Amino acid sequence: MPVIALALPTRRQEDWRYSDLEAVASLWPLPAPIRIDVATGDTANHHLLQDAADGSAAVHDYVITVADDARCDFHLLNIGGKLGRVTFAVTLGARAHFGLHGAIIGGGDQTLEIITSVTHAQPDATSGQTVRSVLGSRATGSYLGSINVARDAQRTDAFQSIKAMLLDRTATANAKPELEIYADDVKCAHGATVGELDKAALFYMASRGMDPATAKTLLLRSFVAGVFDDMPDEALREQFEAAAIAKLESLV
Amino acid sequence: MLNIDNLTNTIDGKTILKGLSLTINAGEIHAIMGPNGAGKSTLAYTLGGRPGYDVTGGEALYDGVNLFTLEPHERAAAGLFLGFQYPVEIPGVSNLQFLRESLNSQKRARGEKELNGGEFIRLAKEKAALLGLDMDMLKRPVNVGFSGGEKKRAEMVQMGILDPKLAILDETDSGLDIDALKIVGAGINAIMRKPDKAVLLITHYQRLLDYVKPDFVHVLADGRIVKSGGPELALELEREGYAEVVAA
Repeated sequence: MPVIALALPTRRQEDWRYSDLEAVASLWPLPAPIRIDVATGDTANHHLLQDAADGSAAVHDYVITVADDARCDFHLLNIGGKLGRVTFAVTLGARAHFGLHGAIIGGGDQTLEIITSVTHAQPDATSGQTVRSVLGSRATGSYLGSINVARDAQRTDAFQSIKAMLLDRTATANAKPELEIYADDVKCAHGATVGELDKAALFYMASRGMDPATAKTLLLRSFVAGVFDDMPDEALREQFEAAAIAKLESLV
Repeated sequence: MLNIDNLTNTIDGKTILKGLSLTINAGEIHAIMGPNGAGKSTLAYTLGGRPGYDVTGGEALYDGVNLFTLEPHERAAAGLFLGFQYPVEIPGVSNLQFLRESLNSQKRARGEKELNGGEFIRLAKEKAALLGLDMDMLKRPVNVGFSGGEKKRAEMVQMGILDPKLAILDETDSGLDIDALKIVGAGINAIMRKPDKAVLLITHYQRLLDYVKPDFVHVLADGRIVKSGGPELALELEREGYAEVVAA
């Protein structure tokens, strides 16, 4: 069998523009993507706690098809490694639903990425993507998400809600929602914000006795809270929340 | 308890306080009144340590400690409470969570035992009842969706729970109707009218002073105290206006 030599990605490729290509090279060639197929009428819950060791690289590619009348929810906490990259290529059938509930929390020199491409191939499907990022030190957090609505996919209802919080001037957040729509009866909402901690709130909390680390952690917890609220498995939810809080505490 | 001597400060390079001196002893309630722009809120924020309120001269000794060497959260742990004219909204953080973190941070700083969940809820219930605030309000995010009056009541519940030695209350009466004013006034008396505590009330109007009787009244104009007296001074101000009294 001849080995197919795939070329390493370059920054000219949109999906790799903000990535850590050196770290990617250490993993090359990437393994085949993980396939998730949700059959007609089924409901599936998936999750990933990407908590790779310091200095290592982790790339997780998912190819997900959600058949007619099925739904798939994915909870993602992306906090580990020098590079942590998670990608989703999702195709939705008629009346199907895909929900991404993601958080990125990074510090040091970490590059953490969520890349999505959600295709509404059939009518009446819905998708919702919520991503909250907290970035400190020299970390880079990126969300690149495209929603593609096929000509037949009337009454598509899709949203992307992307919010990032920068703790230091040296941290970077990239948010790039993209829409490609060929149907005419479609609702696609997207919002992206990048902000910093509310100084008035921090002083208010200090005036009540909270030291700066306690106050910041509390504000950041409330910023990220909600992403994992609807995880059906309580033990998993607690595990995700505890990992998120521990990571936040390491940043403030 | 608090000795402010010849305090000057600037905000964005502009001088606001121009040599303010004031002494407050334990067991006393002082009221500071004055026209808009006199520096009343600036005094409160400067004592509380708000970033951007730079002290350029003078000092403030609190129980013998130079207040300006302490961070804002250290001032709180030392027993200073700042009541905000415009309490800050914090979406996503419940009042109970906010107050428990605040109280336990103070206790940690003082080397005291922290309250557990049950102990804290009992304390919060007691203080909320004192101010006629529904416990459900305390489960909601800090000040989010609260009316002006509810925010001020919530501030007083905070004060009750944190149990400070010195409260600096910046226009706690603004935004209150007559009934709420009575409740808040009674709350201030119940929490702070004690021999080992003191209050500095900052207000525009006499009406709060009908419910919280001050021992001393001061007039602040153009960054200094220009006149001091007993409770009768507040009535005189109300009758004749600041311009008259300051000029006299």
